[in-house]
Amino acid sequence: MTKASRSTSKIDQKSQEATNPHSPVVDFGADKPLHLDSGVSLSPFRIAYQSYGELNADKSNAILICHALTGDQHVANVHPVTGKAGWWETLVGPGKPVDTERYFVLCSNVLGGCLGSTGPASINPETGKAYALDLPVITIADMVRAQAMLVEHFGIEQLFAVIGGSMGGMQVLEWASSHSDKVFAAVAIATGARHSSQNIAFHEVGRQAVMADPEWKEGLYLEAGTAPRKGLSVARMAAHITYLSETALHRKFGRNLQDRQNVTFGFDADFQIESYLRYQGMSFVERFDPNSYLYMTRAMDYFDLAAEHEGRLADAFAGSKTRFCIVSFTSDWLFPTSESRTVAHALNAAGASVSFVEIESDRGHDAFLLDEPEMFSAITGFIRSAARAKGLIPS
Amino acid sequence: MSVNIHPRVDFDVIASLVKPGSKVLDVGCGDGELLELLQTTKGIDGRGVELSQKGVNESVARGLSVIQGDADSDLKYYPDGGFDYVILSQTLQATRNPKNVLTELLRIGEKAIVSFPNFGHWRVRASLAINGRMPVTKDLPYSWYDTPNIHFCTISDFVDMTREVGAQVETAVALNAFGSRLGFNMPWGFWNLFGQQAVFLLKR
Repeated sequence: MTKASRSTSKIDQKSQEATNPHSPVVDFGADKPLHLDSGVSLSPFRIAYQSYGELNADKSNAILICHALTGDQHVANVHPVTGKAGWWETLVGPGKPVDTERYFVLCSNVLGGCLGSTGPASINPETGKAYALDLPVITIADMVRAQAMLVEHFGIEQLFAVIGGSMGGMQVLEWASSHSDKVFAAVAIATGARHSSQNIAFHEVGRQAVMADPEWKEGLYLEAGTAPRKGLSVARMAAHITYLSETALHRKFGRNLQDRQNVTFGFDADFQIESYLRYQGMSFVERFDPNSYLYMTRAMDYFDLAAEHEGRLADAFAGSKTRFCIVSFTSDWLFPTSESRTVAHALNAAGASVSFVEIESDRGHDAFLLDEPEMFSAITGFIRSAARAKGLIPS
Repeated sequence: MSVNIHPRVDFDVIASLVKPGSKVLDVGCGDGELLELLQTTKGIDGRGVELSQKGVNESVARGLSVIQGDADSDLKYYPDGGFDYVILSQTLQATRNPKNVLTELLRIGEKAIVSFPNFGHWRVRASLAINGRMPVTKDLPYSWYDTPNIHFCTISDFVDMTREVGAQVETAVALNAFGSRLGFNMPWGFWNLFGQQAVFLLKR
């Protein structure tokens, strides 16, 4: 099989996942419209999810995992497109800090995503074609509203915990703010209560790269049978740099050359870092929908929890009984510790119960997905203590 | 930022001053030992602030609600009267602005419990008077140049400061070198000479 035809088949598989995923789905019909922040109602819509472990008799042991920008619901199982292990198997699984032998773990593909939940690659029932840019703009609060409907569908009155990193952490904060009584404990990792100007700037670079690709066809590439692979790949390359730290990059690649002794005085991938980024870009294209990337980045850009409360972040958590655990990493410059500290201070001001740990790591933003023993011990301790408080384990 | 002094005999005294089931903030909570003690023996709803990341991470791994923060700069984020007790154990002498910290403790808590090493203890006085050197003892093990304790005070100094910030002393306990309480009816001057550390329960 040639490289080209293999990647074409993966692209096919990707559009399959958008419309007919390898995951259970819940369809919300005309009787259950989703009222979006943009003022529009979305109906019908679909949420695809994965679950692990057993829901107990009184439905009190459910943990919702919220995924990041380019993540999906496949937290702890082999990915149907890439064949790789689940993206958070370090944290979630039997005997892991989020123990699937004790808890019922649920993760849904976010609204606007491309792994089975309604997103720009889903079929618009009104036209019979993919939504593309006809899908209303989705916000973090909209994603959370859709998740809340899924949780309700399971008959779960209160989630024992909501856990997520990066964009997933934004959803955690939104859950705790707008559905506070439905969240017993919240773990927000490597995140912030708003997207900073710098973060918006990087996202705009990514979106412009996608939209500048002639294959994007004003968003109608699925209809046209094209794919803005180059554009999305460049977007991913730029974004990927923001997920790492300079130290981590230099340790891994230095100025090492890729399969050659000398530079070639040309524009080939001479350096290993170039080759690595190109690979990251190309493999991303195989599993992610370009328009979905636009929607996801926009959702993060629009997120500003304080702004929803007249600029006072503490008011977003007023009267909250939720127990919070905030985690940041020393080398994360995309969501630096200062963003987490702002959240912790607001929670203090609101009188909420909060733990806040900063983990020493030189692996940048992506540290939250990696093997970080101190993060695991903090989360394990936090969850155990919350479980005792909720009566899930004997005190 | 709590400066390790072992054994922490002040913990038992502090625990004896806290009413069961109350809401407590421990400023400079170290690895969470006192908070855990109070949770187990008094069933308190406890929170902590700690400067060292190691202490915070250990506390959170114990299941305590602790955040990284600085007594000098981060107490302002806490609402008025949010706690029944705010505890500052063996931390006052390490703050940059002890008077401001004490004022903040009494704003945040109905009551404040402060424990500190007494710089008026006779051993300290003797070290300066006889050897002419800054004291380095088992309980104050740092040299002058590497000590985190930048604002030592004596029991008498502390009593003066409570008056300046308008705090009332509800209970005061002085402990000798063996961790035993000194007699209650002794004058401040006696405590100031023989108390190795002191624990004060203050109210606004």
